Amino acid sequence: MNVVVCIKQVPGKIKIEIDPQTNTLIRGGSDNTINPFDMYALEEGIRLKERYQGKVIVISMGPPQVEGTLREAVALGADEAILLSDPVFEGSDTWATSYVLSKGLMKLGQFDIVLCGRQSIDGETGQVGPQLAELMGLPFVSYVSKVEEMRDGQMKMQRMVEEGHQLIEMTLPGVISVVKEINVPRLPSLRGLMQSKKARITVWAAQELGVDVSKVGLSGSPTQIVKVFYPQRIRQVELLQGSVESQVNQLIEKLRETKVL
Amino acid sequence: MEYFLNEQQKTVKSLARMVAEQRILPVRAELDEKEEFPWDLIGEMANSDLMRIFIPEKYEGLGGGCLDLCLVVEELSRVCGGIAISYGANALGALALINYGTEEQKGKYLPDIAAGRRLTAFALTESTAGSDAANIRTVATREKGGYLINGTKQFITNGGEAEIYTIIAMTDPAKGSRGASALIVEKNTPGFSFGKKEKKMGIRSSATRELIFRDCRVPEENIIGREGLGFIIAIRTLDRSRPGVGAQAVGIAQGALEAAVDYARQRIQFGHPISSIQAVQHMLADMATELEAARALVYAVAKTIDAGAKSFTEEAAMAKVFATDMAMKVTTDAVQILGGAGYMRDYPVEKMMRDAKITQIYEGANQVIRNTIALELLKRKGRQE
Repeated sequence: MNVVVCIKQVPGKIKIEIDPQTNTLIRGGSDNTINPFDMYALEEGIRLKERYQGKVIVISMGPPQVEGTLREAVALGADEAILLSDPVFEGSDTWATSYVLSKGLMKLGQFDIVLCGRQSIDGETGQVGPQLAELMGLPFVSYVSKVEEMRDGQMKMQRMVEEGHQLIEMTLPGVISVVKEINVPRLPSLRGLMQSKKARITVWAAQELGVDVSKVGLSGSPTQIVKVFYPQRIRQVELLQGSVESQVNQLIEKLRETKVL
Repeated sequence: MEYFLNEQQKTVKSLARMVAEQRILPVRAELDEKEEFPWDLIGEMANSDLMRIFIPEKYEGLGGGCLDLCLVVEELSRVCGGIAISYGANALGALALINYGTEEQKGKYLPDIAAGRRLTAFALTESTAGSDAANIRTVATREKGGYLINGTKQFITNGGEAEIYTIIAMTDPAKGSRGASALIVEKNTPGFSFGKKEKKMGIRSSATRELIFRDCRVPEENIIGREGLGFIIAIRTLDRSRPGVGAQAVGIAQGALEAAVDYARQRIQFGHPISSIQAVQHMLADMATELEAARALVYAVAKTIDAGAKSFTEEAAMAKVFATDMAMKVTTDAVQILGGAGYMRDYPVEKMMRDAKITQIYEGANQVIRNTIALELLKRKGRQE
């Protein structure tokens, strides 16, 4: 059984810088890590491999330094790692990213299940999983909190909804996105870490993927971020003077004026 | 300071830190409070291959040396000295097997130890034999096909939790220390039971129990080395493990220093953080300097052992005594810098101080260890004359 896990590299630190030209995240810092939600997808993928045999293939689209993040995934137990990287992909929105990932999966060919984290902690859209399924013409289940079993080309799972769980059966191959309730991700092993340093990371560029370059990158993305801004905090402070009694009276008066009372 | 660790050692250190920070830190206070043996964490450490590090590659280990082991113990101790000693005592129990065991013994036990399926313990101490290790009363009487063991071992780390015990017992009491032998006893052997779990001052998540042998029979293939070598095996094994106790002390002190620096920067008195007070700065400077000196000594001795030095009794003793005295001082000063808060169990430094104390006592009380160093020094001078 082939399990594909889509992972995204995200900034490891809270300090995030936005490119003023493109209004997108500057990705290039050294302190990057696997998107925490994708860790649950990767863990579940490894558990499925351990349960049903087969292999786990991690795939990611991003700049060359994503190779380091893919090695982290190999250290945790992924068998193969594929990086979709090309300068023309830079600035891709979620739709263009999903398009590139779908091309990667098509080139990969044989797989049974694709796992994604529910969303990334930087973009926070949660769109790539479902868009990828749509582009590939595959079924999709979101917010999976438990995989019950995979059998006879079917996957039975629990999907987390607001008040309880849905029990869903999906025909394979298919795409799922998982929530953090699904498992507790393992830590890497020393043997895994040592192996991951030597692991070969496959890199596929636009041409090898057969990507239509007019559909990717900043210019090929159907959505554009027009403006990024921090909400302005407007606060006015007025210090009341006088005795406590007079301050209380003044306060009540002010609250009446502003129609709070 | 840059110690020029190799690629595997750097990876070992960062992995041990990851395990300590992500898995041990959230539960260390609770485990200390409840005096609970950390079986879940033992499992986590095994999954991360930390149990494999000190086992030779031939037996499914990773073939790391004394320094690799010290790096793990240091990183675990930085967060919790109690869990670190459960790990360290497991390595100690395995050391005699690794260095003196037969092929059959190694093949039988080491792969299980490497995988973390079974823990080990090393049992030398008795009520009458602590620093006076030669005064062992536990006897292993030769009988057809094996040995009959009678006696009681005291204060045994991992006692009751471990499944493989390396014990030192007298096979020929008339010969004194030359009549001691090292034997393997497995848990659940008839006649082998455990005393109550000791209530300790520090390292409270680790398990310490008596081992009680009443007509306990073990087959003759359970002897390590040969009859009469028990005392030598014990002494040499402790020579190898003492840098590990030094590493435990370095780790505990590192944790305490970090806590003291953090607190000194946050705690405002007289309108300024107390870190701006020179008296506090000098305390921190001394703590950091002595800590780094201890680390350098521990690493240097570990590297000496890994390089294949023939004799390192003196060096190992120095690493142990210097680092553990340093840890007692640094943790005491950390409590002082945290003041009233430091004395409270809501803050981690009082635990570090309690944990540090044992490092001056076990694997050779520091006074006895000083005797060892002095003896080596005087013997050398004597040989020159």
